[in-house]
Amino acid sequence: MKKVDAVIIGGGSAGLSAAVTLKKQGIEDILVIEKDGEPGGILEQCIHNGFGLQTFKEQLSGPAYAERYADMAKKLNVKILLNTMVTNLTADRIVEYVNAEEGCVQIQAGAVILAVGCYERPRGGINITGTRPTGIFTAGQAQRYLNIDGYMVGKRVFILGSGDIGLIMARRMTLEGAEVIGVAELMPYSNGLPRNMKQCLEDFNIPLMLSHTVSKVFGKERLERIEVVEVDENRNPIPGSEQYFDVDTLLLSCGLIPENHLAEHAGIVLNPATKGPVVDDRYMTSAEGIFACGNGLHVHDLVDFVSLQAERAAEGAAAYLKNGKPLGSTLQIKNGNQVSYCVPSQFYPDDPAEKLTVYFRVRTPLDAGTLVIRSGGQIIRKVKKRKLLPSVMEEAVLLGKQMNGLTDDITVEITGEE
Amino acid sequence: MYDVVIIGAGITGAMLSRKLSRYQLRIAVLEKENDTAEGATMANSAVIHTGYDPEDGTLKAELNVKGAQQYEEICRELHCLYKTVGAFIAACGPEEEAQLGVLAARADARGVPYRRLTREEAITEEPNLSDGVTAVLDFYTTAVVYPWEVANACMECACNNGVELFLNTPCQAIRREDGCFVIETPQGDIQTRYIVNAAGVHAEDIHAMVAAPSWHMTPRRGEYYVLDEDAKPVQHIIFPVPSKEKGKGVLAIPTVHGNTLIGPNSDFVDDPDDNGTSVDGLAYVCANIGKTLKNIPLNRSIRTFAGVRPTTTCPDFIIEEAADVPHFIDAVSIESPGLASAPAVADRLIEILAKSLELIPNEKAVMTRKAPVVLAECSPEERNALIRENPAYGRMICRCCQISEGEIVDCIRRTCGARSVKGIKKRVGAGFGRCQGGFCEPRVVHILARELGISPLEVEYGAKDSHILERENRV
Repeated sequence: MKKVDAVIIGGGSAGLSAAVTLKKQGIEDILVIEKDGEPGGILEQCIHNGFGLQTFKEQLSGPAYAERYADMAKKLNVKILLNTMVTNLTADRIVEYVNAEEGCVQIQAGAVILAVGCYERPRGGINITGTRPTGIFTAGQAQRYLNIDGYMVGKRVFILGSGDIGLIMARRMTLEGAEVIGVAELMPYSNGLPRNMKQCLEDFNIPLMLSHTVSKVFGKERLERIEVVEVDENRNPIPGSEQYFDVDTLLLSCGLIPENHLAEHAGIVLNPATKGPVVDDRYMTSAEGIFACGNGLHVHDLVDFVSLQAERAAEGAAAYLKNGKPLGSTLQIKNGNQVSYCVPSQFYPDDPAEKLTVYFRVRTPLDAGTLVIRSGGQIIRKVKKRKLLPSVMEEAVLLGKQMNGLTDDITVEITGEE
Repeated sequence: MYDVVIIGAGITGAMLSRKLSRYQLRIAVLEKENDTAEGATMANSAVIHTGYDPEDGTLKAELNVKGAQQYEEICRELHCLYKTVGAFIAACGPEEEAQLGVLAARADARGVPYRRLTREEAITEEPNLSDGVTAVLDFYTTAVVYPWEVANACMECACNNGVELFLNTPCQAIRREDGCFVIETPQGDIQTRYIVNAAGVHAEDIHAMVAAPSWHMTPRRGEYYVLDEDAKPVQHIIFPVPSKEKGKGVLAIPTVHGNTLIGPNSDFVDDPDDNGTSVDGLAYVCANIGKTLKNIPLNRSIRTFAGVRPTTTCPDFIIEEAADVPHFIDAVSIESPGLASAPAVADRLIEILAKSLELIPNEKAVMTRKAPVVLAECSPEERNALIRENPAYGRMICRCCQISEGEIVDCIRRTCGARSVKGIKKRVGAGFGRCQGGFCEPRVVHILARELGISPLEVEYGAKDSHILERENRV
């Protein structure tokens, strides 16, 4: 069996960034495997602006952002297999892929970086009853039809879910001549970034119906009508609140889920909160030598953070290839009050990373609060925070010297005190 | 002039078409939808029941046992998936255990194999059985199939033997002229000596075109959840103890590809085409699966669907020549266990036809079909040989189910090939996975348009005129 130092599964924003970093770390023998015909992943269909403000300090379109990384990878002679699907991964890092040129190939990787991205929650994952006509799309699917294939999917559109892709498609379809009737959001707050709320809905007078959902659809061949209901604080429909809209298109923007098929088959432990793998402070999963980053690890709201996180995962993989596993055993980084998840969620107190950025999200919107990181009775950090939103990923930075020698798990929490 | 026209290309019509195609007959199948298996065959529990359940003395009891016995071989001949998973009938308490005794006695009388399990034995194989389950009968030869795959394969085999399938061809009226029937369709009149009414939930409409039926259609809708293939809460089909009032109850069914179905409920509906899901129906399924099972991860649902059973006022199958209309034969009221019984239903129909129709074997008839290429079932060496020959087998289109462009193209080009996105889903499974086509559907649309020589705008999702795309929008 052919051997490669590192295989990166996925050639999108996470995979390209990881590949560039691996090369910079001196790992030469690497292979990126990408299922599509060009690198860039989902960025290729995100033709709107707003990418790269953190990374490049300028506003780029999705394809332009991807091109920057693709160019860097090219300069570093990163080998990218295109139109190639990874069909299996084992815990001992045997990667099986298929393409038209080579057929079905198995390779032994020294390290694997999962940079597999995510998929959109389909209708079946949401409780919408009624018929099964055409005209119901996930927002990203409609985006691909429009931006890659060049087809509009409908004329009168309603959007369920205030996720960013849905908001961006509300604007995009309006600009292309469709009528966007409204956006319903199950929660009492928006799930999109504040800037998208402003630029995609408010600027186009598209109403946002908070605490509402689409409960039923009608139509035999094509969608004809939807039933929208208001929900109570337990997210149950309020009887009598039904409203009906005649639309031919319903876009679903109801959440992204890490694509963890390969990880699951390799027996990698998943985090039920993120639905991606559990990783330690080097971004290593429960399978030794298999690392994870990007939206396949947990769903990010900005691509810039995907790129940054992939760098850390690649550094972890490079260190593993050079020196093996970190020393000692791990302690947990746990969700405390108001925190829905932490990534990474493990660290090595005897051999901590030099600096660790823990990404987390809050459960509900908070005007203000204090981020408290503690281990046992000891408070490691305390930072005041304002305007915390579930839609905006937060970070907490931990230094190696703060983690070194700890004997208790770390808890990340938001307290009410100022 | 046809010898036999079969109305309906569901499992009953398709199974009959294939079995009749071994005789020298001119046969047509009229199907109002744009594909085979679009009615009850598309949306049911997909179980090949072994025949312990129907009441003694019924056609259901006789044909279920005989039909189920034929299935494995039919699936082998047609290269259809057939997976023996076994069925646990889970009893809760002494009263239901007594019912298990009744089922066991029926099974003994009918030669259906089973074994008795105590709670402790059963729980080692199915740890998610609910705390209330006290004893289990394991009908270990019970299997699952994809009903639409079997129906389509039967139709393909039949068509290769000369049966003519007319899709998008509803039967609008039937006249009797000169001792034969004239069927009016939008595509013109079709003459035939015999008619077999296998129109599923629409069978009463068809019968009423020739005479007033003595029964009435009372369609019953059943709703289901489909769980992600990685959520495997059960290994066997789990049934509650059946009751006269509630039928077979809410089941958990591992499908051929490892998803799990949870359902159905049973609601009478006025409209036989009303296969929409409902809040109450799904809530009933959620509430009642708990009788036999716990820890069912309904939060890993990837789809919900509903099917309509062709139930009538007659509690048994109706398989007979209409009393007042010679040569018009009903295959009606084929509700559960209609799928399992279908081969024997076809045999019974052929017996009825043979009373007045001469059946001369067609020596050239081939009862098998060419095996489709299924990469997921190939060894790496076999895959490589296929990809070398046709690189399209190396271009993966469906990420969740790992289905290649080559397999999709094959299923379009075959006899009775796919003509819609749903047709492809039914034949090769692209879009059956956890993303439900979110990733592969645009690629499938592109392949269909190319293969059929049409614009992507003309590609249909499922039913006729269910176009996916609205207009071109190029910059």
